[in-house]
Amino acid sequence: MASLFEYAPAPESRAVVDIAPSYGLFIDGEFREASDGRVFKTVSPSTEEVLSEVAQATEADVDAAVKAARKAFETWSALPGSERAKYLFRIARIIQERSRELAVLETLDNGKPIKETRDADLPLVAAHFFYYAGWADKLEHAGFGPNPRPLGVAGQVIPWNFPLLMLAWKIAPALAAGNTVVLKPAETTPLSALFFADICRQAGLPKGVVNILTGDGSTGAALVAHEGIAKVAFTGSTAVGKAIARTVAGTDKKLTLELGGKGANIVFDDAPIDQAVEGIVHGIFFNQGQVCCAGSRLLVQESIQDELLDALKRRMSTLRVGDPLDKNTDVGAINSAEQLARITELADSGTAEGAERWAPACELPSSGYWFAPTLFTNVTQAHRIAREEIFGPVLSVLTFRTPAEAVAKANNSQYGLSAGIWTEKGSRMLAVASKLRAGVVWANTFNKFDPTSPFGGYKESGFGREGGRHGLEAYLDV
Amino acid sequence: MADVTASDGALRRFLHGLPGVDPVGLEGRAAALGTRSIKTTAKAYAIDLAISMIDLTTLEGADTPGKVRALCAKALNPDPTDRTTPRTAAICVYPDMVATAAEAVRGSDVKVASVATAFPAGRAALPVKLADTKDAVAAGADEVDMVIDRGAFLAGRYLKVFEEIKAVKAACRREDGTAARLKVIFETGELSTYDNIRRASWLGMLAGADFIKTSTGKVAVNATPANTLLMLEAVRDFHALTGVQVGVKPAGGIRTTKDALKFLVLVNETVGEEWLTNEWFRFGASSLLNDLLMQRQKLSTGRYSGPDYVTVD
Repeated sequence: MASLFEYAPAPESRAVVDIAPSYGLFIDGEFREASDGRVFKTVSPSTEEVLSEVAQATEADVDAAVKAARKAFETWSALPGSERAKYLFRIARIIQERSRELAVLETLDNGKPIKETRDADLPLVAAHFFYYAGWADKLEHAGFGPNPRPLGVAGQVIPWNFPLLMLAWKIAPALAAGNTVVLKPAETTPLSALFFADICRQAGLPKGVVNILTGDGSTGAALVAHEGIAKVAFTGSTAVGKAIARTVAGTDKKLTLELGGKGANIVFDDAPIDQAVEGIVHGIFFNQGQVCCAGSRLLVQESIQDELLDALKRRMSTLRVGDPLDKNTDVGAINSAEQLARITELADSGTAEGAERWAPACELPSSGYWFAPTLFTNVTQAHRIAREEIFGPVLSVLTFRTPAEAVAKANNSQYGLSAGIWTEKGSRMLAVASKLRAGVVWANTFNKFDPTSPFGGYKESGFGREGGRHGLEAYLDV
Repeated sequence: MADVTASDGALRRFLHGLPGVDPVGLEGRAAALGTRSIKTTAKAYAIDLAISMIDLTTLEGADTPGKVRALCAKALNPDPTDRTTPRTAAICVYPDMVATAAEAVRGSDVKVASVATAFPAGRAALPVKLADTKDAVAAGADEVDMVIDRGAFLAGRYLKVFEEIKAVKAACRREDGTAARLKVIFETGELSTYDNIRRASWLGMLAGADFIKTSTGKVAVNATPANTLLMLEAVRDFHALTGVQVGVKPAGGIRTTKDALKFLVLVNETVGEEWLTNEWFRFGASSLLNDLLMQRQKLSTGRYSGPDYVTVD
């Protein structure tokens, strides 16, 4: 779209990050090759350029990492909380100091815009470490008894949508509570976790307290099945979450699962319309919609449907899709070819099932994995795009007539992770929020995160809470 | 839309029926647009556009014909070292300085704007305000910047404010049938809430404002990205509903190029290029111009010059 005021390219420099041609596994404070020497490539989803090669961890590597973590647990758990806090504060400060480098790295490996890694991911990562550093010497005041004890080694498996942030959500509370960890980053986004390993060394963290194993699903399966771990924490798809629950069943491992979602963003006729439009856009197009708590279902009161959709389409037409490293990019690349195929298949099912598809005119780059911000109207509860998690920039619009109908439709989902309410009427806000079965309910905002606030789901969105005081419980013997 | 201004009750119901404003969301959106990175060619375009949108202003008790003439010379020729620099949109002065200013800019496309209606407080009887307006127009003002009666607005007497704007609009008419363009100043800092600013915007537009303007520059809080964004949303919605285009003028507190570019981004991404002209968007400012000139010199020469390389007027 030609415009008088065309923003010139404003790319963030890649020179701030130095990516090595290959990386090993981080076990017991050292980088080492996989036991069988196998490697896999990680690519930049916006260009398909190969960024680096990383090791594919085997069962033997998992065993070595868990052994190192168990050994480290003896001394780490015996440290006074105030000593553990010092390491966590140090890690948080190093993350802040290296935030530009890490933001560029994350954007390269994940495909999300630099604006988001710079202004959302990295500040939240540092904030999470600062927050849990503060808890490390106050565990006896956390409400879990006079002398809460750590569990042992935590096996943690994280997704590709917020690689470093999900690492922070897992590692910060685990370490604060006195556990040691073996963490497996997602196959398509291993690099920021490996840079984090370097930060652990920089911070002088004792060997074996944090171990990072890169690999595919088989590595994750071996990790959660290992008998040496006391706790499994997983964030990812509901299908994998169910498989993990079956693996862990019958053992004494503690388990928390953060799984999928199909969040309802409910807009009442008395909503602050302009801000609601921003919230809807942020709810579904933030991180290309690859967010478990995305507001992927828009429930709009029928009486303002036309007005709201006009405003939403106008706003979507101003979204800038393209080079994730450009500081003015709003929507970046889809993380992988596999995810793009899944989004494409589900969006096509929407058209096939009779919903009306709309996307603003936007030119997508010729290489890499891209999907234009898309809106479906005439969606009913029976459509797949209203029920299944798309995990992409695709919004399904449904309507309601009364608050009771809004609540019934919002809750009519196998998931229960997030919801949003838009109204200027406080009494309605409170009444509706109390009836929604969702772990997070945002009012006149969406996708706001804070380390002090617990996060987690109902139903097939998982169980356990991360963040806040509640997030400590998963890592303590209570 | 005549029915909504038929009575005080109808007008109140209409204004209070406008969608509410969530302050956190509004300020968040304005801040997010403030992070746009405007570089190289885009920056050069935006700096020239911003210069051409300035209402170069002097509104001091100490204003003299000499001061006004110096400012007019600056408006006509902002950077004596670079004649390709655009002129400012207008000179903005008190009514008794209009004749001096009109004489100084005669023959150019620089307009003369005059504040009127007992600026800045607006605390005078309507006949006085109308006389003030007529005086400015008769002296040669192309544009009139009026202030609304904030006391009446805050007391909920919306129809009084509406009628007053209409009367001032009528007073802007010249004998030959043309009229000075009317800018309506809300003094957003005194209206205090975003809901009030949205209501005042619609009230002003319904009464015939050609421009809606944030503030006088004489109170603690003047133009902000958030209140300007809100007013841009109002002119956008009014245009969609009535087909009538209304301009926006943030005034007071915009001092740097960086600030000005943020406002232009708000315009670009809220109402689009139809408003990216000094016909429909203005900056009420004085010190802003020199910062724009210094940044312009930096872009063309690659070096920072400094305050001694732009003129002080």
